[in-house]
Amino acid sequence: MIRINCPYCGERDHSEFSYGGDATIKYPSLDSSEKEWTKAIFFRKNIKGFQLETWHHTNGCRMWLEIERSTVTHEIRSVKPCHPDLKKVVENNK
Amino acid sequence: MKTSRLKNYGKINRNNVLSFTWDNKKYKGFEGDTLASALLANNIGVVGRSFKYHRPRGIFSSGVEESGALVTVGSKDRRDPNVRATTQELYDGLKASGQNAFPNVNFDLAGINNYLGRFFASGFYYKTFMGIPPFEWGKGTAIWMFFEKFIRKAAGMGSASTLPDPDSYEHAHDFCDVIIVGSGPSGIAAAIEAAEKKLDVILVEQDSIIGGDQLSENEFDSSHIENQIKNLGIKVMTRTTAFGLYDNCVVGLLERVTDHLSLPDKTLPRQRFWTIRAKHIIVGAGAIERHIAFNNNDIPGVMTVNASKHYLNRYGVLTGKKIVITTNNDSVYETAELLSEAGANVTVLDSRTNFEIETNKTFEIRRGYVPYNINGSKKIDSLDISKSENINKYETINCDQVLLSGGWSPAVHLLSHRGVKPKWDYENACFLPSDTKENITMIGSSRGLWNKNDCIASGVAGATDALNRLGISKTNYFFPKPGGWKNPIKPLYEVKYNKSRSKSFVDYQHDVTSDDVRLAHREGFISVEHLKRYTTLGMANDQGKMGNIIGLSLMADLLNKEIPEVGTTVFRPPYTPVSIGALSGRNVGKHFRPLRVTPIHQWNTDHGAKMIEVGLYQRPWYYPKENETLSDSYIREATTVRKTVGICDVTSLGKIAIQGPDSSEFLNRIYSNGFSKLQVGKARYGIMLRDDGIVMDDGTSWRLAENEYFMTTSTGEAAKVMSWLEELLQTRWTNLNVNVTSVSEQWAGVSVAGPKSREVLNNCVDDSSVITNNNLLFMGVASTFLKGKIPCRIARISFSGELAFEVYVKSDFANTMMDLLWENAKKYDGCLYGLEALGALRVEKGHVTAAELDGRVTIDDAGLSKMASTKKSYIGSAMRKRGVLKNNDREILVGFFPANLKETFNAGTIVCEKNNIKGQGIGRITSVTYSPELRHWIGIGFVKGGLDKWKDTTLVGADPVRNKQTNLKVVSPHMIDPKGERMYA
Repeated sequence: MIRINCPYCGERDHSEFSYGGDATIKYPSLDSSEKEWTKAIFFRKNIKGFQLETWHHTNGCRMWLEIERSTVTHEIRSVKPCHPDLKKVVENNK
Repeated sequence: MKTSRLKNYGKINRNNVLSFTWDNKKYKGFEGDTLASALLANNIGVVGRSFKYHRPRGIFSSGVEESGALVTVGSKDRRDPNVRATTQELYDGLKASGQNAFPNVNFDLAGINNYLGRFFASGFYYKTFMGIPPFEWGKGTAIWMFFEKFIRKAAGMGSASTLPDPDSYEHAHDFCDVIIVGSGPSGIAAAIEAAEKKLDVILVEQDSIIGGDQLSENEFDSSHIENQIKNLGIKVMTRTTAFGLYDNCVVGLLERVTDHLSLPDKTLPRQRFWTIRAKHIIVGAGAIERHIAFNNNDIPGVMTVNASKHYLNRYGVLTGKKIVITTNNDSVYETAELLSEAGANVTVLDSRTNFEIETNKTFEIRRGYVPYNINGSKKIDSLDISKSENINKYETINCDQVLLSGGWSPAVHLLSHRGVKPKWDYENACFLPSDTKENITMIGSSRGLWNKNDCIASGVAGATDALNRLGISKTNYFFPKPGGWKNPIKPLYEVKYNKSRSKSFVDYQHDVTSDDVRLAHREGFISVEHLKRYTTLGMANDQGKMGNIIGLSLMADLLNKEIPEVGTTVFRPPYTPVSIGALSGRNVGKHFRPLRVTPIHQWNTDHGAKMIEVGLYQRPWYYPKENETLSDSYIREATTVRKTVGICDVTSLGKIAIQGPDSSEFLNRIYSNGFSKLQVGKARYGIMLRDDGIVMDDGTSWRLAENEYFMTTSTGEAAKVMSWLEELLQTRWTNLNVNVTSVSEQWAGVSVAGPKSREVLNNCVDDSSVITNNNLLFMGVASTFLKGKIPCRIARISFSGELAFEVYVKSDFANTMMDLLWENAKKYDGCLYGLEALGALRVEKGHVTAAELDGRVTIDDAGLSKMASTKKSYIGSAMRKRGVLKNNDREILVGFFPANLKETFNAGTIVCEKNNIKGQGIGRITSVTYSPELRHWIGIGFVKGGLDKWKDTTLVGADPVRNKQTNLKVVSPHMIDPKGERMYA
């Protein structure tokens, strides 16, 4: 079982969380072209190794988290809030 | 074989006599016995019939590796098949029986299979069902389908009860610093060391008492040691198997709570499924003794050497009178001494010639000899032996038992679960665990240590390793080297039989013989994974704990390779079988998934509602009067709504509070239609698309104040929409100043619908001027009070197409609101209506729900193009225009009438053109109801090209599942009051 160290709640089972997706995608602005949107939502890398991904602490604090996880070993290197302002707050509190 | 209980041996409690039945006959055993030891003490040799050939089988082992003594325990709804007699503790009143035999294991009619063995070779199924060569006679015919039933019945083992399981199971959780699997000498040493260094330790043992292999030592006192280590604060879990290791040091365990009790406390679960999260795992799972493949090596009376030592010293059972021990290693000599001291006549055949061993000389050692063939069928009559350098029958020895030791296999299973491949050790002829970066340490004989002192030292080293890895200490430590015998082992896996058609078993479990392995090789199944699947070597209960290595070595031999070049199959959890009941725990019956009820639930059922599940929610389905059926009831309810007024609980809709200065901008981006100009005090129906342009959900948003909205979503998508909004605000639009809060549970809502709805509400609100037609226009919102100063929110929203209001109060006021509304609705001959009537009303209006918005439908498909703003960009606005979503042949929402209005049809019907009824047709029907207004059946659904293309053509509704066809007319989905005059009334 993957255990995720939520910056708000502490270490919890992955069953409390829902997987989001690739955290590195820069979603285009809403008025961008179909081509740009197609690239953002359909063309994804299938990474072997560490990747940055989003998880939602659905059955917890309901925060969206940015997690660096190995797709091979499930090892987790870092867990941060997705929201940049919250990211700063958590880092400053360390 | 003549087995007997000895007076001065064993750790059983002879003061507590237990009676049990085996194949309907009564026997006696003692407290501390397993079923296997009690059967042996009663001189019962044949306890099972083999999987394929129905050969008589006895007890091979004393532990979890058992593949011979698989029996059925219990009866009726507690009938448990394939129980290992070697691990089933005896209790008073235990009922057990042999399986895979008719009429019984001693006399089994299917025993004839033994002589038909040539027809049941590996790949039997595949070959037979391909037809008989040369013309593939019978291929794919009913003949083989017919025979399959009998073949399946003849194979297989015990049969499970088909009755509901009367027992309860539970899931449990725990945490610790270090979990130690196995309580042998190494596990106990590790536990003590870790506990003394102040770690929080859990010690797990699958057996009923701790000690591991030490339980076969006469002087070992398990309870004394257990008390000692419990005093150190160690949590000891017996009858608990660590069946799997998972990511992040999580261990899955099965605790057998009452399987050993004759009258279990009814409040206890039968088994407990544990998830333990540790910081470090130490595995001292021991090693398993292998047998040797030679002809008839499965006759009852064959056993591993170590098992007989356990039966002697733990259970006080001498397993034979004239015993031949065959070995290729030093581990058997202590047992040989013990058995001869206990009164058996012992001969040791050692395949090695040059070795030194000190013994008390009470038994004969024959150097350079191997077993060749056993004579006997249900018991051993004699053993043919051979010289190891020249395999052929040399001599026959009379004996009643043959004990085998072909070497030892460390139990590396748990580490293998983590993807760590074991490495082959030539010196000790076994797989040893490899190192891992994870916090897992292997100790004792599971890392290939054969001496007790080495095992103890490895336990201390393992605990130190754990302390170091957890950053608590930085102490040097070392593990003893694998091995520990005085003389090296000489690999011996098979003694080849010189006559054709040998029954030389590699894997007892599924009757896999050495000939089967050779057949697999001949037919090209040479990879170990193919070998496993073709021959079923290493499958079923024991998962090849004894036979796997023998199979691998035979394949290596055939390929002229070494064992490590052939590889080994990957072990996967569970280590021993886990019952389905334990996996499901308490999540059965009504606890299968959470059940949600609205605050109006009790009120609804008190007023006669029949309930139905929608998502997790219980919603009122219909409110039957006296003898009304479902259809009587919903037709009356829908008619009443159209005529006077009805009240419906809509609390299950998702409700989200949206607050903050950028709320309008936020809604404007997520809804396809405009929201920026929505006035305070107005609501708007909105559609949300996904990134890819498909409809996600629909609902309404009410502007309560400049910066505050109240959003409703569909019942089914409520959780998804909430997560979606949070995702957008936390990951994409992080500069928007908006807060979203789920308030689904905080508000109770009802729909009051029908021409008399305003009159009903007039009597219920404090100030009726708030809801007049002028003050509360269609889609208007008012925050006001119900009588009794109950704060409420009212919006003039209609799903039914009638004049209608949605009224929300805080959940605590739900019952008061219902009493008030119902009291007044009755005055207008109103009714309570449920989901079935709600469905009829909305289908008449062509309103879509989850049945239509199924994740494949675009806003245009749903006929809601007007809801897609052209003046702004929003989620999905670019992607909804991509080519594939703009094809002319997309299926568009339409209404359906039966061509003959007296006919009916069903949701799920496929719409086809006449004379072309096939495949997916040209459309589908998603919702069907009887229309009380139109007085015939109607439906909505999708058809390629939509109304314009088919309005003058009769189509066919094909319903192959119900074997039905109906001619259909395509109509507008808005079947009633298309201009909405009633809603605006």
